[in-house]
Amino acid sequence: MIEEFFPNVNWERMWEATRETLYMASISVVATFIFGIILGLLLFLTSKGNIWENKPVNFIVSSFVNIFRSIPFIILIVLLIPFTKIVIGTMIGENAALPALIIGAAPFYARMVEIGLREIDKGVIEASRSMGAKTTTIIWKVLIPESMPALVSGITVTAIALVSYTAMAGVIGAGGLGNLAFLEGFQRGRNDVTLMATIIILVIVFIIQYIGDTITSKLDKR
Amino acid sequence: MISIKNVKKIYPSKDGPVTAVDDVNLAIENGEIFGVIGYSGAGKSTLIRMLNGLEIPTEGSIVVAGREMSKIGGSELRQARQEISMIFQHFNLLWSRTVRDNIAFPLEIAGVPKKERLKRVKELVNLVGLEGRENSYPSQLSGGQKQRVGIARALANNPKVLLCDEATSALDPQTTDSILELLVDINKRLGLTIVLITHEMHVIRKICHRVAVMEGGRVVESGPVLNVFKNPQQAITKRFVQQVTEPEETKETIKHLLSLYPEGQVIQLSFVGEGAEQPLISNLIRNHPLMVNILQGKISQTQNGSYGTLFIHLDGEKAQIDEAIAYIRSFEVGVEVIKND
Repeated sequence: MIEEFFPNVNWERMWEATRETLYMASISVVATFIFGIILGLLLFLTSKGNIWENKPVNFIVSSFVNIFRSIPFIILIVLLIPFTKIVIGTMIGENAALPALIIGAAPFYARMVEIGLREIDKGVIEASRSMGAKTTTIIWKVLIPESMPALVSGITVTAIALVSYTAMAGVIGAGGLGNLAFLEGFQRGRNDVTLMATIIILVIVFIIQYIGDTITSKLDKR
Repeated sequence: MISIKNVKKIYPSKDGPVTAVDDVNLAIENGEIFGVIGYSGAGKSTLIRMLNGLEIPTEGSIVVAGREMSKIGGSELRQARQEISMIFQHFNLLWSRTVRDNIAFPLEIAGVPKKERLKRVKELVNLVGLEGRENSYPSQLSGGQKQRVGIARALANNPKVLLCDEATSALDPQTTDSILELLVDINKRLGLTIVLITHEMHVIRKICHRVAVMEGGRVVESGPVLNVFKNPQQAITKRFVQQVTEPEETKETIKHLLSLYPEGQVIQLSFVGEGAEQPLISNLIRNHPLMVNILQGKISQTQNGSYGTLFIHLDGEKAQIDEAIAYIRSFEVGVEVIKND
């Protein structure tokens, strides 16, 4: 039955492409989560009226974030080719997509982290300071736990964006479902392959959204 | 315990510098409940935040428990803050932590091992009467319960001073009273020095030993609560005292009575401490051929004695009324003749 609707789909190839997409997406989500939180914390803490208030640092981080957030992803990949060659050693394959994915997504996520941190009641930070907490204690025990639902719903949105970025990266040779849909589906005119790749991507996106929503509502005790 | 000397706090702003606290001098004794009252913008919030170094004074010195707060920083300041804890109007609990973990937070900061932490939290939960709610999250608690968590958290590291920043202003009157009773209880049991700021005279009357009235960044009046009640000097202090001695409708009632009894005089008597315990009215009636009509009365308890007001209407000959007023004045009772105007 399935064979009838998708006569040209090589299931082994499709499964391999799915694994490549999942690999690229999961590594980049983890890295984006870490770098995004670091950048977001820097943006928040150095902003006006906060613990590390520092105009120059805030300006630099903010500009970096804005620049990389504004460059269209497909252009970013091309721009980063020399950088990727140095870091990864090649520009073909799943690993080659990672630097562009992370550099493209981390600033995007950093802004969401910053928004999440801004939503924390200032009084709670003041209370922690009044108890004699160090800044590191405030970061680990107040800022991150108190903004966790926002951090998780932010990374959910970012992860979904990253799945579509991997498809774009696939077009220029990074492998994955995007690569398969482009080479086998589009260039050979096999629409069923493109359709199947799309369905799998949709399923991945729905699963990510479901997991994200579940964790967010579990975490949120407000 | 706390000495505040010539303290000034000036904030820069776009319209020039703003003086939030202007040359304040106060000495707060060990074990005392000291209240600072003022309307919003009077500088009391800034003043209390200078006591634990959340704000640094522009000028002057603040010494709390032997430490000059304006001069220390880093780990010494953090150490000092563990001895000067604070509770807040909006409680400022961590919503992501249970009651138990919220109370344990200052202990984590102080580096207390887990086992001791749990033991101490248990004691504190009992102290503030929150048994059975240890695993609840703040969002599942009422305002009064949240403030109890706030108090338990503040007491965790056995502080010497407790600062209360409008701690009851977000609570209903009944809950306010139960929190105030808890504060008095803690003050007596632990000998803790408490400094509180508020805009409600009710709070001052109920638990404070001494009070300072702030207006425009300055302390305009201060002293033992009963003295301030008995003899308020400044207009603003009189307004605050009226908050508790006169029910809101008093003015209208008196106006109504004045129009009802155009003859005679309506007078307001203020009793303080022992003055309240003499049979003044019966003596008055016995010794003077006058009609005495009691219009309204109220007695308030303060930490250093009771304070009462009584409105009466005197009717009779003018000379007799004047004599009666002179008679009342001979006791330790304040008399104010209320005129029809």
